[in-house]
Amino acid sequence: MFKTCKWMHGAAAAAFVVGISAASAQQTIAPASTTPTGGPLPDVLLKYAFVNSERLKKPEDGNWLLFRRTYDGWGYSPLAQITPANVGRLQLVWSFATGQVEGHQAPPIVNNGVMFVATPGNQVLAIEAKTGTLLWRYKRPLPEDMTNLHPTSRGVGLYGDLLFFASADANLVAIDAKTGKERWVTKVADYRNGYYMSIMPLVADGKVMLGTSGGELGVRGFVAAYEPESGKELWRTYTVPEPGQPGSETWPQGDQWKTGGGSIWVPGTYDPDTNLAFWGTGNGGPWMGDQRPGDNLYTSSVLALDGKSGQIKGYFQYHQNDSWDWDEVSPPILVNYKQGGKDVKGLVDVARDGYLWRLERTADKINFVSGQPFVSHNVFKGVEPKTGRPIVDPDRKPATNKVATFCPSLWGGKDWPPAAYSPKTRLLYVPANDNLCTELKGEAPKYVAGELYVGVSTNVLLMVAGADHIGELQAWNLDTGKRAWTTKLPSQNWGPVLATGGDLLFSGGTNDRLFRAFDAKTGKILWQFPTLSGVNGVPVSFAVDGKQYIAVQSGWGVDAARMQGRLNLLFPGKYPAVPQGGAIYVFALK
Amino acid sequence: MDPAQKIVRNGSRLNKVLLVALDASTLVGATRERAAAGVVAYSAICPHAGCEVSGWVAGQNDIECACHNSRYNPRDAAAVVDGPSPRALSALPLEVMDGKLVVAKPFIGRLGVIPA
Repeated sequence: MFKTCKWMHGAAAAAFVVGISAASAQQTIAPASTTPTGGPLPDVLLKYAFVNSERLKKPEDGNWLLFRRTYDGWGYSPLAQITPANVGRLQLVWSFATGQVEGHQAPPIVNNGVMFVATPGNQVLAIEAKTGTLLWRYKRPLPEDMTNLHPTSRGVGLYGDLLFFASADANLVAIDAKTGKERWVTKVADYRNGYYMSIMPLVADGKVMLGTSGGELGVRGFVAAYEPESGKELWRTYTVPEPGQPGSETWPQGDQWKTGGGSIWVPGTYDPDTNLAFWGTGNGGPWMGDQRPGDNLYTSSVLALDGKSGQIKGYFQYHQNDSWDWDEVSPPILVNYKQGGKDVKGLVDVARDGYLWRLERTADKINFVSGQPFVSHNVFKGVEPKTGRPIVDPDRKPATNKVATFCPSLWGGKDWPPAAYSPKTRLLYVPANDNLCTELKGEAPKYVAGELYVGVSTNVLLMVAGADHIGELQAWNLDTGKRAWTTKLPSQNWGPVLATGGDLLFSGGTNDRLFRAFDAKTGKILWQFPTLSGVNGVPVSFAVDGKQYIAVQSGWGVDAARMQGRLNLLFPGKYPAVPQGGAIYVFALK
Repeated sequence: MDPAQKIVRNGSRLNKVLLVALDASTLVGATRERAAAGVVAYSAICPHAGCEVSGWVAGQNDIECACHNSRYNPRDAAAVVDGPSPRALSALPLEVMDGKLVVAKPFIGRLGVIPA
């Protein structure tokens, strides 16, 4: 049920040379078989470095094994050869067309010179990181009747000699890292009921953990853990409690918990010291809060789940009874900061609801510390000082047959693209969209398994009057709670951020297709490169043979393209479609 | 569709159909032949990501998929007007029989998502 393309190997190259020679003597050589067969593994795969828990906890400087490289979610590479002084000499080393359209969001995962890239089209590529040579290609066909609302992938997890790929049809696939062949496939959920996957699995505590998308299709969100060797499910924790479970009192009306949303589509962060993984959850479903009374735990929240059992050890709900489509799927980063002269073992989340949340993590609880807006905001009048519960302006909350205009827009102050943190500058870097608002009006939807279950009759994107920009890259000092700098960008911003030990930031995300380097201390743009599409991918840095590289996928699509279309309705002709078509780009100093 | 029985609807969501009543004089090309009394029928499954095409864009008189805003011209074979859809919606020819709208021929074109 899958296809692999084999690498060019020594035997094939030799046969090709012989063929040329024979041809000159008017002879031909037929292949031994009409079925392509694999040859000896290339050196880079023969030397493939197994991934274990210790390597995931403390990855080598030159590798990028997790979604944000390290469990704390910083998106920081200590590599420091490329600096503000020399980044002007950064040049393209190789590029590679993925053969796919739609949003290319995954980080190129790099393990000792082997790069694994997940793309739309349910595809994983293995590539020699130094040269760009294809090692193998895995592609899993999808059912033609499935609804794949967000056709993308956010990456593959690694453990042992396996890759873990969340196939869009809600199957978890273990792939042999050396050959690209399936080792096992485990059904996670039924796509016919609206469950689909785009997440990069989190490998932690010797388990493969993941959740599914489908919040717009009437699913009940969960995180599940699997045994890496066999695919056996070890535990499953729902983000929406069933009657009788703690939190079920926040779903007082009937069976709504069965379709309550709270989907999981970005991998969690993880604290090995407490064996807690922190997961961000999606909004409640359907969208209008008045249709599902109650706070609706644990939607639009962060959950602390015990790695061993999946038990909920703590939570913080960023906002209750969502009515704005504000998923809070980006997990908080783990970073310590100062508050009132004391060191706080922190969790920091840049939320889609437009607030920058500072929390405290303990072994059995998440405590609120502070919350403040980082973009134009008119929904929360403030937060309750002890609990952090937002005080919502009811006029800014849409409902069934009630129009409301609210800022930030339904895509939030920051959507899924991850922020980054540098321990060198001690700044948090936020890819933000400011000055956008949404007008929403709800309607009563009818649940049909696997179909859109949203309940919205009006959905219009608006811009704050007099505003001169949308996209920003912001830097925040977490100790003072103040913004250090803001760099305005020429369009909306859908660019995940990479921070490096060379005091640089890398990010794309704008509709001009540029991939940029910023000075981490000042926000000044120091370098840029025109890609063929728009950059929605998570940038990474890695090293091979002692040389630092920067890698990223370009490939515009999904919600970045959807926002572009809405902006073009708002400003006709000013936001024409960005060309689609994905490619991997790798840069180095020359 | 069952090739032997020629039954169009077999329970698959791929066979969901959307019907649009239009001014017959605005129909273009082959759509004129496929329509009955100004009513046109298309597959309701968007070839982009498999969502249901159920929106109507007033003003432009286009049909739209709510998931990613692919828009189609129902007067001209559901050709793609805007958005990420790779192709038009499959058409289902209609005719009027005994005063009722009925399916005249099988779907023209493939149903469901087009794998990249």
